[in-house]
Amino acid sequence: MTLDAVIVGSGPGGATAADVLTRAGWSVVIVEKGRNHLLDPDDLTRPAADYSNDELKFVSRHFLGPDPLIEPRTFRRGEEEGDHVHVGEVNSIPTTVGGGGTHADGKVPRFREEDFSLLSTHGPIEGAEVADWPISYDDLEPFYAEAERAIGVAGDAEVNPFAAWRSGPYPMPPGAPMYGAVLSSAAAEGIGLHPYAAPTAANSVPYDGRPACNNCGFCAFSGCPIHAKGDPVALLTRAMATGNAELLAETFVARVRTDGHRATGVDVIGPDGASRSIDARHVVVAAGAVETPRLLLLSGIDHPLVGRNFMVHFQTFVIGILPQRVHAHKGRAVTHVHDDAVIVDDAARAAAAEAGLPWIRGGLVEHGGPHLPVMEAKMYPWGPKHKTFMRSSPMRDRMWAFTMQGEDLPQLTNRVDLDPSVRDVRGFPVARVTYRPHRHELVASAHHAPGLVRVLEDMGATWTMTSTSPLAEGEDRRGPLSAIPMSRHVMGTTRMGDDPRTSVVDAHGRVHGLDNVVVADSSVFVTSAGYGPTLTLVALAARAAAAMVGRDRPQTVR
Amino acid sequence: MHGDRCYGDADVSDGGGGDSALFVLDPRPGLMPRWLTDVEFAVLGAACDRLIPEDDTPGASSAGVPDYIDGLLGAFLSDPPRIWAGGPTSGRHGGEAAFGRFHRLSRLDELAWRTRIEGSRGMAEREFNGPVRGLQERYRTGLAELGEDFCDLSPDEQDERLRRARAFTALLYEHCCEGMYGAPEYGGNRDTVGWQAIGYPGDVQPRGFSDAEVSGP
Repeated sequence: MTLDAVIVGSGPGGATAADVLTRAGWSVVIVEKGRNHLLDPDDLTRPAADYSNDELKFVSRHFLGPDPLIEPRTFRRGEEEGDHVHVGEVNSIPTTVGGGGTHADGKVPRFREEDFSLLSTHGPIEGAEVADWPISYDDLEPFYAEAERAIGVAGDAEVNPFAAWRSGPYPMPPGAPMYGAVLSSAAAEGIGLHPYAAPTAANSVPYDGRPACNNCGFCAFSGCPIHAKGDPVALLTRAMATGNAELLAETFVARVRTDGHRATGVDVIGPDGASRSIDARHVVVAAGAVETPRLLLLSGIDHPLVGRNFMVHFQTFVIGILPQRVHAHKGRAVTHVHDDAVIVDDAARAAAAEAGLPWIRGGLVEHGGPHLPVMEAKMYPWGPKHKTFMRSSPMRDRMWAFTMQGEDLPQLTNRVDLDPSVRDVRGFPVARVTYRPHRHELVASAHHAPGLVRVLEDMGATWTMTSTSPLAEGEDRRGPLSAIPMSRHVMGTTRMGDDPRTSVVDAHGRVHGLDNVVVADSSVFVTSAGYGPTLTLVALAARAAAAMVGRDRPQTVR
Repeated sequence: MHGDRCYGDADVSDGGGGDSALFVLDPRPGLMPRWLTDVEFAVLGAACDRLIPEDDTPGASSAGVPDYIDGLLGAFLSDPPRIWAGGPTSGRHGGEAAFGRFHRLSRLDELAWRTRIEGSRGMAEREFNGPVRGLQERYRTGLAELGEDFCDLSPDEQDERLRRARAFTALLYEHCCEGMYGAPEYGGNRDTVGWQAIGYPGDVQPRGFSDAEVSGP
C-alpha cells in the first residue's frame, strides 16, 4: 500500500504535519527514531504516565535521548581544527516521541514583522548570509494563531509593547508569576525595560482536555507528568484519534528514496534491527535542524546548501546571587521575558558603529532561575564546605538569572555535514556540527549584558557574573566543550527561499527539484531571530502541510 | 505514607501497562544485590563521607550514597535494570508510588547502558566507535587507587588520597551529588534526608505548588 505521506520525526514539526494531514483524510505513518514515552502504548490517543519529577532520569540519564554512546555527534569550530575536536553530546535536542517539545520549558513567542525581512530592514553584514524570508509575518500570522490554539498557549496580548500584530487574544490568560520574576520585572522596569508575562505553552486553566499546570517546576529538561505542557501531546493524540495515522517508534529512517525527480518513500530500520521500505506519495522531513540535513545527505539529496547556515541562539547568561531565597523550583521555569534587546535602537546602533558593524540585534531575555539540586551540587567543591553551600544555596535557591537568546547570524561556514569516521549504533555516519559565532553575536552580547547586571544589582544582588555559550574564543575555560553552543535552538540547515540557487526549500518547505519532499522543522529558517523557534516552526509546518492538502488557510481545530 | 507501597519485601505489583516493570524493587540496604565487594563498598563509603561529610545532617554514606553508586554499577543485577524510575508520581505527595517501577529498556537502551556500565569488553557491537571504558572498571581501579587501607587513614590522609586520584574523585563526586540529591528510589537520599537537609521538597506531583506559593516570598 502506498501511503499519502510518511513523516520523519514526531516533534512539534512532524506532529503538526500529522495533525493537519490526518484531519484532511490523508493516511500517514509517523516514524520516530526514539522511544515512545509520551503516548499510552495501549491507547495512542491518550497520554502516557512515564514522565515524573526526576532529575536523575531526565538530566543525568538521557531518558528522552539521544544517548551519546549510541547516537553521538561531533563538533569542531572550523576546518582548521581537523575532523572534529569532540565526539559525544552536541546539542542533543530530545530523540523521543514528541521530540524537542518534551524537554522545552514552553516559552513560545512569535517572531516580529522585521524578523522576516532582516536584509531589507537593516541591510547586509559582511561574512553573514543575511536575507529576507520568502514569506512575511502577515503570511504566517493565521498559522501562528492556529498554532497557539492547537498546542495551547497562555499569554496576554496587551503587555509587550514590541509585539507584532495579532488577529486575536491568546487562548489562555498567563499563569502565576514566579516570585523571582516579580522582583526582576520591577527592577527591569526601573531601568526602562519592558518585561511581560511570557507566552507559555503550559495550561493556566484546563484546556483541550488537559489539566491546568500545577507549578511543579519541572518544565525544562523534563516531560510534563500531568501533560499540562503544550508539547506535541495534543497534536499527536488528535492525529492518532483520526484513525489515519500510525506511529512507528524506535524506528530509524536510513534514507529518503528518490527516482531522481520524486521521492517514492523511505527505507527504515525497526526496533529489532530489521530493514524495510515504506512507500509514500509524500515525505515530510521533520527531524530537527541537525538530523534533517543529515538524512538528506545520507539520501544523496545534496544541494550545495544542505547543512549550511546552521544557526543556534548565542546565549548570554547574567546571573546574580540575592540575599533572599527566590525558590525557582516553584512555577513554570520562566514566567517573564522582555524584548528590548531585540530592538535596534539608537544605543544599539551606536554600539554597532563602534564595533564597525552596521547593526546588532540581541534576543529575547528570559527571567528565570536554576531549580535542580543535583546540577547545583556538582558546581560546589567537595568537602566540609559542600553542605554549607547547599544549605545557603547561592547557585540555586538564591540565584536569579537572565538568559538572552541572542540572534545568531547565518554563515556558510557554520554547517552540519556527515562526520568522516564516527558512526551511530546502526553504522551510519553521524552529524558533525562546524560552528563559530559571528562577531555580531559577541558585540550584541557585550552591549546588552551590562544592563542586565544593573537590573540584578537593583534587585539587591550581592554578586553577579556574565557568561556566554559558546564562550568567546580565547576564554575557553573547559577546552573544546565551551565552544559547543548549549542552546538547543537549532535552525537554518535547509533554508527556504524562492531561488533554488540560494535556498534548499521553497516557501512551503518543498525541496527545490524534489517537491514531494517537504521539510517541516526549523531547518527551513532563513534567519534565527532572537526568539525560541518552536512556535514559528509549528506555524511553518502547519502552513506547509496545509499547502500539501490544497489549503492556504489553517483549518481551525478549536 | 503512600510511599510504603514500594518498600515491601519482594513486593510484586501488576505494574500497569506498557514498559513498566512488574517487580517493585526494594532499595533498602542489604536487600539489593550488591556489585562491589565488601572491602570496596567500605572504601566507597569512607570516600563518599569525605566528599559530602556528616555535620548536623547526615553525610553521604548514611544517606545511602554508596548504595546509589553500587546500584548503578549493578543496575543489570535487577530486571528491569535500575536505570529509569517510573512515573508519574512517587507517592510522597499523594498519588501512586510509581517511581519504584523501573522502566524496561529497549534493545538499544540496554546496549548503551551495558556499554556505559560494563565497558565495551572487546565486543564488536559495543565498539563501533572504538573501545569504551565502563564505570565498573573505573570504580574497581579507582577504589583500588584509594587503597584497601583507606578506611584506617586519618581524614587528612584520606583527603590526600582523594586529591591524588583526581579523575576518579571527580567521577565519584558527580555520583555522590546524584545519590545525595536524586530520588530515593535510586538507592541514595534515604528517606529524603538529602532534600530535607537543604529544604528542598523534591518531586511534588500531584500536589504541585499553589499560585500563592509560586508568587510569594
